[in-house]
Amino acid sequence: MSVFFAQLRRDLLIAIRDRSEAANPIAFFLLAVLLLGLGLGRDAGTLGPGAIWVLALFANVLAAEGLFRRDHEDGTLEQMLVRARPLFPAVLGKLAAHWLLAGLPLAALSPLAVFFLHGSMAGATPLCGTLLLGTPILAALSAIGAALTVGTGRGGMLLAILVMPLYVPVLVFGVGAAKAADGAAFAQLMLAAMLVAALTTAPFAVGKALSISQEY
Amino acid sequence: MSVPFLVAEGVSCVVATRCLFRDLNITAGGGDLVEIRGANGSGKSTLLRGLAGLHVFHTGRLRRHVDFEYLGHRAGLGERLTPVENIRWLLRMRHQRVDVHAVDAAMIRLGLHGAADELCATLSAGQQRRAALARLVVSDAPLWLLDEPLTALDPSGVDLVRRLVAEHRASGGAVICATHANIAAQERTSHEIVLGQ
Amino acid sequence: MGLGSWAKRAFHRTGSPRWFFAGSRRWMIGLYTLGIALILVGSIWGLGFVPPERYQGDSFRILFVHVPAASLAQTMYIAIAVAGLVYLVWRMKMAEMLIAAAAPIGMAVTAAALATGIIWGMPTWGKGWVWDARTVSTLVLLLLFFGLQALRQAIAHPERAALAVSLLAVVGVVNIPIIKYSVEWFTTLHQPPSIEIGKRPTIASVYLWPLAVNALGYYCFVAGVVIAALRVRIVEREANAEWLRSWLAKQER
Repeated sequence: MSVFFAQLRRDLLIAIRDRSEAANPIAFFLLAVLLLGLGLGRDAGTLGPGAIWVLALFANVLAAEGLFRRDHEDGTLEQMLVRARPLFPAVLGKLAAHWLLAGLPLAALSPLAVFFLHGSMAGATPLCGTLLLGTPILAALSAIGAALTVGTGRGGMLLAILVMPLYVPVLVFGVGAAKAADGAAFAQLMLAAMLVAALTTAPFAVGKALSISQEY
Repeated sequence: MSVPFLVAEGVSCVVATRCLFRDLNITAGGGDLVEIRGANGSGKSTLLRGLAGLHVFHTGRLRRHVDFEYLGHRAGLGERLTPVENIRWLLRMRHQRVDVHAVDAAMIRLGLHGAADELCATLSAGQQRRAALARLVVSDAPLWLLDEPLTALDPSGVDLVRRLVAEHRASGGAVICATHANIAAQERTSHEIVLGQ
Repeated sequence: MGLGSWAKRAFHRTGSPRWFFAGSRRWMIGLYTLGIALILVGSIWGLGFVPPERYQGDSFRILFVHVPAASLAQTMYIAIAVAGLVYLVWRMKMAEMLIAAAAPIGMAVTAAALATGIIWGMPTWGKGWVWDARTVSTLVLLLLFFGLQALRQAIAHPERAALAVSLLAVVGVVNIPIIKYSVEWFTTLHQPPSIEIGKRPTIASVYLWPLAVNALGYYCFVAGVVIAALRVRIVEREANAEWLRSWLAKQER
């Protein structure tokens, strides 16, 4: 546990000192909502929760891009791999910090996005709830991609290609759960199951990908 | 004799189609200093990273029986944290308790007491190197793996590293060090491994 | 000699590029010949001698290409992921080379499955693309194959690239069933009632036999292509090895 909290504390401390970078995903999300509203004009009112979910996916991928880059460059990543025994809580701490900075704010801001697009708050609560369940899964999946691409110098496009196909189930069940339609309860259940699966298995994949990135 | 801290038997490493080293044997126990020498590109860093477990050797067996400190080319200091915060994180990662007084003493010993509360980004290259070395003073790991520890240090810094290594050996620790310079000072080196022959 | 030690020896021999290179030529030629023969038999049978389907007329005959391609695409991704796991655990060089050789071929096969599916869909469904579970999962599979290639090229160090690609393949294969399941769930909710593709019609045995022959033919042929690509990889990777030089010298004589 102490490893988990040490990592969480460290990443949050860095985020507080570099507030503007931490705020980027939020600003991006609002910007995307703005562009969607302008691009669709009056049609924006007919959009379902799917539109906001898709924006959240994009914001998530962009936020994950730099997740390990600085740690890789200054050597903290190799220290983490050499020291943390086991690696799992350290990676989980990193994921938790990442979700608090880039996942939770999106879920929290989603009612605002609904308000902008529809002019009312109808459907905001289930959307916010499903984003709360879904964004940790997205964070875990995108961390795998970020760990695989760390040190390549390639940006978000590569990361998006690697992890977006894996987002398909999260999007499908997330949108399904946010809609007041048949199968919403089932989709919520699936989302919760995927959350548990992601949190228990993804840190292993992230750890493995990180140690691969430091070979040679 | 007691159990050695680290035993590497017949390790080798191939990068692409080039063989860096083959069938190397390294043993380090209490009081030992193993110096790894060789020209640029001869595989010194790769060997040390392998000993630290950062990559898998192509052949051979590696056994470590104790905790260790690894100090590579990259300092392992977050630039938006102070040296003290960095050391706290480094120790906590390995479940070592953080003794505030010991950390302060280490800062003073490395000549960083004025910079202990500044962000690492604002430190000079030599100061960053000193901040990286500070972890050796507070760490309770018996084995040190050092990759070119004298880089960017001024003469007093070089002296300090030699003294740290000598003290560590005297207190029963072991050091494996890749270097071009002489780390052992007046004392003898236990083993010398020359790569690229 | 027990079965266990035999399996162990076979594992190590297959793991040796040299042994594989020497022994695989016969396999390659055999698979090519068998594959082409089976494809010829299956295709002539399927295109010329089987009665037209009741509702679709002759357009259904693309099935004899489409179904083998779609099944082969999935099999290849799973095979790549298995090789990836082997490489991650035992660092077996051949597994890594197999992934490098098979991934572009798998991507081409997946693209073929997708293209034939769209061509088939146009007369059958009235439009080339519908959000059907199978079409969507094939598109996702194509993107997963693409990701393997993109990641390999992004990482400069060859062995690091091989390890990363292996891990990505394993992560992908774990996710494929979940993706398929989610897309199936999606399409059962969104299925327009006019298009009945949700239930898969049982294939009449007149069609089943030529299809089976064709599928086997495509499997053999693609296996031959993969072995050929693998041999090229071995020559590239082992360019400095003594055994390869002496082999080449023997060929020149």
